[in-house]
Amino acid sequence: MANYYSDIEELKYHLNNPMMKRIVELKERDFRDKDEFDYAPVDYADAMDSYDKVLDIVGDITANVIAPNAEGVDAEGPHCENGRVTYASGTKENLETMIKAGMNGMTMPRKYNGLNLPNVVYTIANEMVSAGDAGFENIWSLQDCIETLYEFGDEDQHKRFIPRVCAGETMSMDLTEPDAGSDLQSVMLKATFDEENNCWRLNGVKRFITNGDSDIHLVLARSEEGTRDGRGLSMFIYDKRDGGVDVRRIENKMGIHGSPTCELVYKNARAELCGSRKMGLIKYVMALMNGARLGIAAQSVGISQAAYNEALAYAKDRQQFGKEIINFPAVYDMLATIKAKLDAGRALLYQTARYVDIYKALDDIARERKLTPEERAEQKKFAKLADAFTPLAKGMNSEYANQNSYDCIQVHGGSGFMLEYACQRLYRDARITSIYEGTTQLQTVAAIRYVTNGSYIATIREFESVPVLPEYEGYMNRIKEMANKFDACTNAVKEANDQELLDIVARRLMEMAADVIMCHLLIQDATNRPDLFGKSLNVFVNYAESEVEKHFNFIRKFDSAQLDSYRQ
Amino acid sequence: MSLKIIVLAKQVPDTRNVGPDAMTPEGTVNRSALPAIFNPEDLNALEQALRLKDQNPGSTVTVVTMGPPRAADVIRESLYRGADNGYLLTDRAFAGADTLATSYALATTIKKIGVPDVILGGRQAIDGDTAQVGPQVAQKLDLPQVTYVEEILKCAEGKITVKRHIDGGVETVEAPLPVVLTVNGSAAPCRPRNAKLVMKYKRAMVPLEKPAEGLPYAEEYGKKPYLTLGQLNTADVEADLQQCGLSGSPTKVKAVQNIVFKAKENKVLTSSDADVEGLIQELLANHTIG
Repeated sequence: MANYYSDIEELKYHLNNPMMKRIVELKERDFRDKDEFDYAPVDYADAMDSYDKVLDIVGDITANVIAPNAEGVDAEGPHCENGRVTYASGTKENLETMIKAGMNGMTMPRKYNGLNLPNVVYTIANEMVSAGDAGFENIWSLQDCIETLYEFGDEDQHKRFIPRVCAGETMSMDLTEPDAGSDLQSVMLKATFDEENNCWRLNGVKRFITNGDSDIHLVLARSEEGTRDGRGLSMFIYDKRDGGVDVRRIENKMGIHGSPTCELVYKNARAELCGSRKMGLIKYVMALMNGARLGIAAQSVGISQAAYNEALAYAKDRQQFGKEIINFPAVYDMLATIKAKLDAGRALLYQTARYVDIYKALDDIARERKLTPEERAEQKKFAKLADAFTPLAKGMNSEYANQNSYDCIQVHGGSGFMLEYACQRLYRDARITSIYEGTTQLQTVAAIRYVTNGSYIATIREFESVPVLPEYEGYMNRIKEMANKFDACTNAVKEANDQELLDIVARRLMEMAADVIMCHLLIQDATNRPDLFGKSLNVFVNYAESEVEKHFNFIRKFDSAQLDSYRQ
Repeated sequence: MSLKIIVLAKQVPDTRNVGPDAMTPEGTVNRSALPAIFNPEDLNALEQALRLKDQNPGSTVTVVTMGPPRAADVIRESLYRGADNGYLLTDRAFAGADTLATSYALATTIKKIGVPDVILGGRQAIDGDTAQVGPQVAQKLDLPQVTYVEEILKCAEGKITVKRHIDGGVETVEAPLPVVLTVNGSAAPCRPRNAKLVMKYKRAMVPLEKPAEGLPYAEEYGKKPYLTLGQLNTADVEADLQQCGLSGSPTKVKAVQNIVFKAKENKVLTSSDADVEGLIQELLANHTIG
C-alpha cells in the first residue's frame, strides 16, 4: 500500500541525521518520562524507532486518505453560513482521521497529552501532509501556534489550552487586517480591559485569517490606547467557546481551496492576555512567525515533491515521436532540475528544523533550571543559526515550489493546462507559499542582516572543512569559488555604503548565500549516501553555480547611479 | 453497559495486488511475493468492535487469531487501533486447518477464555473466500448469528440491532446477546493506528517472539505486563487433537491450477453500424448483456 513516508527514502535519511542524538537528549532529558507515560521512549534507539513509526502512520494517512481527497476538497472548498465555517467533506474526513491517529499537539510535552516530538519529526509530517493536500496542511499545521502559547503563556493557560489542542481542537493566528498586511505595526484591532468582568474585550476586524473559525485563536491587538506602532500591541487568546467573533466571509482564492481564509468581526469578544502587555508584536508574533515560516518551508517542499512525482509519472508514460518523453534531454533536464531543487531545499529545511529543535529544547530546559554556561552558549549559537536559516528555508523553498510546479505543468505539455491533471492544483497551491507568512521580499529583509554581519559566510567557511568523498573534491572547489564570489559581492555592496543599493540587490545576495549553503548540505548528504543524492549534487552544483555567476555579474556591474532607471 | 467483545481476525497473504510471481510453479501461494496483511474485512469488524467500546465505556475488545508466531502482527495492529488485548492460537497441531478445524479451534478457545457478549469477525478472508468460519463458530457455540453486517445501530438491554447488507438493499435485524456478527467490507473502514498506542504497544509480543534475557528491551516485559500478549496451544485450550489441523479437516484439495489469464484471440471491430450491430447480437447471444 502506498505510503508517503516509506516510499520517499530521503525522509528517513533526514530523520536519521547525527544531530538527532543531541536533539533527543535535550527533548527527553534522561528519558525521565519513561515510568510515568507508557508511550515515552526508554532510550535513544527507542525514541528514533517511535519517530519512525509515527511518521509511517502519517505517510499512510496521507497516501490513503488525504491525497485521494485532495481533488474533491479543491472543488468543494469550505462554506460560510451564519458566521460559521463548514469545511469541505474531504477536509472533515482528513481532520477526523488525523485526530483519531493522535497527530495533534505533536511537539507538546506529555504532561499535557502531547507526543513530545522534535520539530524535525513534526516538520517531516508536515511536508508529507502538504504533498497530499497543501490546503489541508494549512489547517492541520496551525496546531504549531500552540508552541507560542506554550512559550509565553502561563501555567494556568497551558493546563487549559494545550490538552485541547492535543485532543484535536484547531488554532488560528489572527494577525493581519485590511490595512495591516506585511506591516503588522499598523494593527488596529482594539483591546480594552473590562474591569467589571476582569477580562479583555476585543473589537474590530481581521482579514485573511487562515482557518479563522478555529477553536483557539491567538490575536494581535492594540492594548495601549493612543499608540500607533508595534510597541502598543499585545497578544491575546480568544476561545471560541466564549463567542463574540464571527466570520463575515471567506475569500475566493486561486489555490489552497481547502483552507478557509476568513474575514473576522470581533464584537466585544472576551479574551485573555498571553504573556506581557506590549510584547505582542516585538516578541511573541516574531516567534510565532518563525515557526509559521518553517511550516511554509515544509509545505513548499511537500508541493515540490508532489510536482516531481506527477511530472516523473507523466514523462515515463507519455509517448511522442515513438518513445516515452522522459528520454528527451529537454524533458529529463526539467525533471533533474526539479529533483535537485527538491533535494537541496529539503536539506535546508531539515537543517533549519534541527537548529530550531536544539535552541527551543534548551529554552524549555531554561524554564526548569538555570542553563550551564556551555548550554547557554549552545542555545545562543543555535538560536542565531535558526534565525538566519529560517528566512532562507522559507524564501528558497517557496520559490522552488513555484518553479517546480510550473515545470511540472511544462512536462505535461497541453494536458497540464487542462484541469484534469493534479499539476494545475499544485501550481495554484504553490503560488501563495512565496507570499504568506512574509513574502520572499520580506524573507530577504530578515536574511540580509546575516549577509552583512558575516553570519552566512562564517557558517559557509565552517562547512568547507567538513570532509567529503574524494570524488566530490571537484564539486567542493567549485562551491568554495561560489562562496568567494558571494563574499566579494557582499563586500562590494557594503563598501558602497548606500542603503538603497543594498536593498535592491539584497534578494540576489540572499539567494547567493542560500545557493552556497544548499550546495554544502547536499555535498554532505551525497557523501553519506552517494546513491541517494549523488545525481542531485551534480545537477544542483551546476544550477547553483550558474545562479551565483548570474548574481555576481549583476551586482558587480551595478552601482548607485543606475538606481534612477529602476525607480518608477 | 460495559461489554466483552471478541474480534476474530486472520493474517492473510495480500491477494489484492497479485503479480506474475504470486504462485509457485507447484501451484501453491508464493508467500514471499505476497505481503502478510490484516484480512481487510476483519479490519471492518475491528472498527465495529471499537465503536461498540466507544459507546459503552468500560467495554473490552479482545482479538483472537490463529497462525504462526508472526500472525501476532494482527494483534499488535489491533492494539494500535484501540483493542485491549489479544490471544494468538499457535501450535503445529493447528496447521493445515480448513474452516471446520479453524472454527473448532476458535470456538474451543472462546469457551476457554469466556464467551463474551459480542463476537465479531470479517465476512470472509481474502485467501480462502469461504465466509464459513464466522457462522461455524456461532454454530459450535450455539449462539445466534448475523452475517453481512454493515452497521451496529443499537446495543442495549441484552439485545443488539444491526443493519445487514442483502441483495438489492439493507435489512435491519435484532438479535439477543451473546451474538456472532460477521461484518461486510461495505461497513465503515477501520480507524488509523494511533500514535500513542503504537508507541505503547510497538514491542508487544507473544512469548515465542520475545527477546531472550540480556537482549535489548528484554527487561521491559517484566515492568510492563501489557507487552506480553496471550499465546495458547492445543493443550491450553484443551482441544481434541482429532478435530484440529489437518486431521480435523475433511476438506481435501484435489488439485490447484495455476491460471494465467491471457487473450486467446482478438477481433478488430470498426465503428460502422454493421460491426456495432454484430457485436450487440453476439453479446446478447452469449448472455453477456440483456
